[in-house]
Amino acid sequence: MKPDRADVPEPGVPLPSLRSTYGLVQWLSSTDHKQLGIMYLWTGLFFFLVGGLEAMLMRLQLAWPELNLLGPEAYNQLFTMHGTTMVFLVLMPTLIGLATYFLPLMIGANEMAFPRLNAMSLWVTILGGFLLNFSFLAGGAPDAGWFSYAPLSEQNYSFSNGLDYYSIGLIVTGIGSIGAALNFVVTTVTMRVKGMGLGRLPLFVWMVFINSFLILAAFPLLNAGLFMLLIDRQLGAHFFLPSSGGSALLWQHFFWAFGHPEVYILALPGFGIISEVIPVFSRKKIYGYGTLAGSTVFIALLSFGVWAHHMFAAGLGNPVNTFFAAGSMLIGIPTGIKIVNWIATMWGGAVYFSTSMLFALAFIVDFTLGGLSGVAFAIVPIDWRVTDTYFVVAHIHYVFLGGTLFTIFAGIYYWFPKISGRMLSERLGKWHFWLFLLGFNMTFLFQHLLGMMGMPRRVYTYPDLPWYGILNFISTVGAAMMGVAMLIFIWNIFHSLRKGVKADKNPWGAWTLEWHASSPPSLKNFGELSPVRTERALLDWEEDKKN
Amino acid sequence: MEYRQTRLLMQFFIASEALFFVALIVAYVYFRNLTDDWAESAKYLDIRRTGIFTIFLFSSSGTITVANWALRKQKRGVLVGALVVTIVFGAIFLAGQATEYYMLYERGVKISMNIFGSAFFTLTGFHGFHVFVGLIILSVFLTLVLLGSFKGNGPFSAFLATEWYWHFVDAVWVFVFFFVYLRPLL
Repeated sequence: MKPDRADVPEPGVPLPSLRSTYGLVQWLSSTDHKQLGIMYLWTGLFFFLVGGLEAMLMRLQLAWPELNLLGPEAYNQLFTMHGTTMVFLVLMPTLIGLATYFLPLMIGANEMAFPRLNAMSLWVTILGGFLLNFSFLAGGAPDAGWFSYAPLSEQNYSFSNGLDYYSIGLIVTGIGSIGAALNFVVTTVTMRVKGMGLGRLPLFVWMVFINSFLILAAFPLLNAGLFMLLIDRQLGAHFFLPSSGGSALLWQHFFWAFGHPEVYILALPGFGIISEVIPVFSRKKIYGYGTLAGSTVFIALLSFGVWAHHMFAAGLGNPVNTFFAAGSMLIGIPTGIKIVNWIATMWGGAVYFSTSMLFALAFIVDFTLGGLSGVAFAIVPIDWRVTDTYFVVAHIHYVFLGGTLFTIFAGIYYWFPKISGRMLSERLGKWHFWLFLLGFNMTFLFQHLLGMMGMPRRVYTYPDLPWYGILNFISTVGAAMMGVAMLIFIWNIFHSLRKGVKADKNPWGAWTLEWHASSPPSLKNFGELSPVRTERALLDWEEDKKN
Repeated sequence: MEYRQTRLLMQFFIASEALFFVALIVAYVYFRNLTDDWAESAKYLDIRRTGIFTIFLFSSSGTITVANWALRKQKRGVLVGALVVTIVFGAIFLAGQATEYYMLYERGVKISMNIFGSAFFTLTGFHGFHVFVGLIILSVFLTLVLLGSFKGNGPFSAFLATEWYWHFVDAVWVFVFFFVYLRPLL
């Protein structure tokens, strides 16, 4: 029987399901935040494979000195597309996807504030991703690095249309991100369940909320810069061309005024995931809710005042460098507070080492390492010595993989039962974890050494200097291990979706509201919810039942 | 609830858009101080002429407020009149900008001429584009009103959002007018 109203999807059909009257069309036309969240996650996974493949090709080329598998042009395109893909099409969509799925559930809402805007954000993001990658077919991918420094990114140095696709693709995905951020802000402010004051928000929601302000402030700056670059390239303007009155430095200012907050846009939701996972698997209340939430605001504010630490080597002068060095080091304080809080949460708790918790622990260790090399970069003379070497490559990967990606894995293993109604295999999960952790540290720990020895980044090959060959080879082997780990992860997902152990409502014994809905939640997330009294609502309700 | 949500959405959207224009204005001011292409190019700008078109744009902020008042009081005639006047004023401003571009173009001032051309056309062009988008939205409203659909909460909050957007576009022009046309004379 056909439903008289085309509810998407139909109530009563558990998600994620293709079994519906309208089949795939129902997914494509969906405005349900859970379906959109799932599609965000698939988008992230798809582009992760694309970006990962690009990384594998690069590591293959660098496996040994003076190899010549890829030419310099191909290599330039690969490292540019790898960085751009991973930042804009993998980490952002995945974090936004998790937030799209879980933010309404965690605050006891049945939908986002603007379901159709939500759908637009997803499809615009995907469109931008395809535009960006279409450049491969249209004569050449962008090849000036993910930051596209002018004037290298201008017409007279970059001949293919790659940089035009880069500008348009990123503008389009940026519009998608702004749409998602607007939705998160309004949903969080207006749709919380009764009793959930801002001081009782689950920390993931709290950090996505703060993060949305960062997105709203940072992306317009990037878009303005990208429009100027596009106008330069297509209409013959002079914004970033020093030879005819423009300023290449201005591009760097625009890019990093966006780019530095972007680092936190990728980190903060991850911090939120960790703040959900660690207390549940330590069976303890989060230590210092107030400081964890407050330090987030502090980070968000600071992140806009430190962009020029990406430009220490650009010659801005000592007073400017000193100011930005000091500002950058200040960020160590709120971040340190968070690390202390997470460790204090585990202290004396009954820690259960699920795959999710293992990734959370690996996050704490590797993100701290990445943070420390970040402090090293904030010291101007050290920055001058190691900038544009593999030390930077190692640092950014410690922060983005050891930081954001590990939190995403922790989040996926934690929330998969809720999304699919089935558990991921813990056995495969642990293989995934150990292989990935080992591969990750093999790849990037040794790149610190390469960087200190002076190996420049963005070179497609290198001479046979002492240690260069063997360190690069270890790096490549590590990358291959990460690749194998990812195959295990993907196998785990597909296998568990079909044959995984059925999950009940609250398999981890967690306390936040999303675990009150069925697994997977029905179209309408909740019936009536009674008001919450603390940030551990489920625990309260359980105690109420006992009394 | 819906009203409150639209209001919040619009506030944050406008804040976000404002930062976009901040970036463009920063670029304009930065280049103005950096290069001396200005002296020879900026003299083509006619502040008196643009000033007159500016008055039309600012007046349309008043007429759209009247339109919103008429919508709330359900005075259909006033609503139609105010909407039409707003759209006409906006269109006059855009036409003024178009003829200005044409006159500059005839004197060889193009986006590719020098950094003044790049910064000037990009900044004023994006503003004009926003006016254009506003005109489209207002025309949709006018059509809806003429078709008889101007009751209920939905159009009400959506109309308020449009009104704010229109005020915002006018406010941006205050800054653009100051930095591009007025500042060189001070």
